[in-house]
Amino acid sequence: MPKIKLSENTVNQIKEVCTEFNNKEGELINVLHKVQKKLGYLPAEVQEVIAKELNASVAKVYGVVTFYSFFSMIPKGEFPISICMGTACYVRGAEQVLSEFKRQLKVEVGESTGDGKFSLNCLRCVGACGLAPVVMVGEKVYGRVAPSQVKEIIKEYQEGCPSGNAKTA
Amino acid sequence: MDTVQLTIDNKPIVVKKGTTILEAAKGIGIHIPTLCHMKLDDLNIENKPGGCRICIVEVQGRRNLAPACCTEVSDGMVVNSHSIRVVNARQTVMELILSDHPSDCLICPKSGNCDLQSLAHQLGIREIHYKGEQSTYREDTSPAIIRDIDKCIMCRRCEMMCNEVQTVGVLSAINRGFNAVVSPAFEMNLDHSVCTYCGQCVAVCPTGALTEVNHTSKVIRALSDPSKTVIVQTAPAVRAALGEEFGYEAGTLVTGKLVSALRRLGFDYVFDTDFAADLTIMEEGTELLNRLSKYLEGDKDVKLPILTSCCPAWVKFFEHQFPQMKEIPSTARSPQQMFGSIAKSYFAEKMNIKREDLVVVSIMPCVAKKYECGRDEFKVNGNPDVDYAVTTRELASLIKLANIEFTKLPDENFDNPLGESTGAGVIFGTTGGVIEAAVRTAYELYTKKSLPRLDFDELRGMEGIRHATIDFNGFPLNIGIAHGLGNARKLLEKIEAGESEFHAIEIMSCPGGCIGGGGQPYHHGNAEILKKRQMAIYREDKNKTLRKSHENPYIIKLYEEYLGKPMSEKAHSLLHTEYFDRT
Repeated sequence: MPKIKLSENTVNQIKEVCTEFNNKEGELINVLHKVQKKLGYLPAEVQEVIAKELNASVAKVYGVVTFYSFFSMIPKGEFPISICMGTACYVRGAEQVLSEFKRQLKVEVGESTGDGKFSLNCLRCVGACGLAPVVMVGEKVYGRVAPSQVKEIIKEYQEGCPSGNAKTA
Repeated sequence: MDTVQLTIDNKPIVVKKGTTILEAAKGIGIHIPTLCHMKLDDLNIENKPGGCRICIVEVQGRRNLAPACCTEVSDGMVVNSHSIRVVNARQTVMELILSDHPSDCLICPKSGNCDLQSLAHQLGIREIHYKGEQSTYREDTSPAIIRDIDKCIMCRRCEMMCNEVQTVGVLSAINRGFNAVVSPAFEMNLDHSVCTYCGQCVAVCPTGALTEVNHTSKVIRALSDPSKTVIVQTAPAVRAALGEEFGYEAGTLVTGKLVSALRRLGFDYVFDTDFAADLTIMEEGTELLNRLSKYLEGDKDVKLPILTSCCPAWVKFFEHQFPQMKEIPSTARSPQQMFGSIAKSYFAEKMNIKREDLVVVSIMPCVAKKYECGRDEFKVNGNPDVDYAVTTRELASLIKLANIEFTKLPDENFDNPLGESTGAGVIFGTTGGVIEAAVRTAYELYTKKSLPRLDFDELRGMEGIRHATIDFNGFPLNIGIAHGLGNARKLLEKIEAGESEFHAIEIMSCPGGCIGGGGQPYHHGNAEILKKRQMAIYREDKNKTLRKSHENPYIIKLYEEYLGKPMSEKAHSLLHTEYFDRT
């Protein structure tokens, strides 16, 4: 894994979040959520700072980061695309939707496009099973997505951000 | 109401509230099979993630089966530990575990000692009905420990030892579901991590997922090379545990047979690490007295407390975790390394053997010793002072391999000059022993008086952190003892905060000290075994005529002939070391 050097500013940002949660080990997940929201992702160096601040082992922090699919160790695209692979979405064709995204963007799950615009991920159930299959771009939810709509969705974002808050961080 | 009435397998029983079904059953002689669960009584060590589901039992009125290890009893409970439903479910659970486990038992290093294997046997598994994909993971080999994660059953015992008991924090479950493995952070290899190689993960692993690096074939090759003189040293804790591998009751001392066996294996000289332990006391005890007298003279810069430095896992622990305190531990090398250094200088010169033709093998209760003997500062022109460190378990396998009938061996004595030891050297094998040995010598050197008694009961026991004050002719010497790195951490944090009142602290990484080392015969979760080994060590001490290191005639001779006096320049270069910041 290539080492990156965190700027002092970034380290302070992380420390601030930890302090906000009283540097409690039990708040690890909340800390990770907030830090990822700020920085976009959780590379090794960030996890090391968090471990030190919360007095937890790095292995444990890494264990939590790799357990939850929401957490990412690689930078997400400007518009992170998530396809729900929960049971309901899966049986209603999420896999075909995912293949279409992979084909259109020419990336695998967990990767970002070369221009950094899109990243592709799977997640487990967003609690909108009635809308299955569900796709999220940033925080915007698309329901009953058919593979034929994929091209259209991508196009929306290639031309800029259409509906406000899709951007992360 | 503090007690609860229930029946288990039709037997009525009254137990304390809060007891688990597993413990309650054990109390009336019903042993419910377990796999992930492990409890070391009196050491406050327990692993009960409730993950494996092998201990499930039927509770009347409850819809599903209950895991006995983490279900508390309740009043009027009716438990059946082996109904047809339970037996079927248990077999299914076992088959599911085995469906993702390699079936290479015949050649697995853990074969014969594997909890999974014996449980599969106990449950009568003859077929695995669930054929599916098996998870695979790369093998990770470090200087002391091998991780073969394909054999991991995610019992999390290693994780509990590494994090809760040792507070080293290297191992954690990572990833999810089928991809879940126990690993260091960022899936790095052990030798890149802060692993101390204490080997407590190896000691508790129920399968072959964590094992020691095996050096027996290298030892055999050296023994069959006519151009080499091969000598061996055996650590104190080995004699109190090796017998278990040959059917002896735990706590049986097999010193004489151990010497016999080593001689029959072909070692040219059979020596004793206990000799080097006596030497350690001379150096470490002198260092303690030097620091103490400076302190009493009012020197404010003197580093107190002095910490023992015999344990290689402990050394690596503070080099990673407390590098700012690396000036505090004694600079004395461990007995293994003192022995190697003296063997390849004093002994080699005496016998006129070239350094490169002398092979030093050590038999250790420890896996970290494998790492220690490979450290660069213990080599001369690339040639290590100790060539190979093999564990008690590896020695047992060597003895079996060489068709030696251990139980029929006569008792023999160690060779000289590096085989004579005192009772003080012997007790190095248990928690509290190093400091007791140091006190016996330091007291007499300091007060110039003979000790009124030799048994310091106040330093003995199994409590994680112990302390005692010994009257040094009017000066109260405060002594601390910690075993288990988590306990060591507590003492170190106190020292760092300036709250420690100790003058000397003994630290051993493994619970129980070396008797509970990662290279010892597997205890399979039975802490009684550790206590019996400890008692055996004290028995051996009591049986010795000489029980104070400074009275060992061969130690006296070594100083007269070769080293001068403790902490002399020569002693410094051969018997002392320095520590490194590994952050």
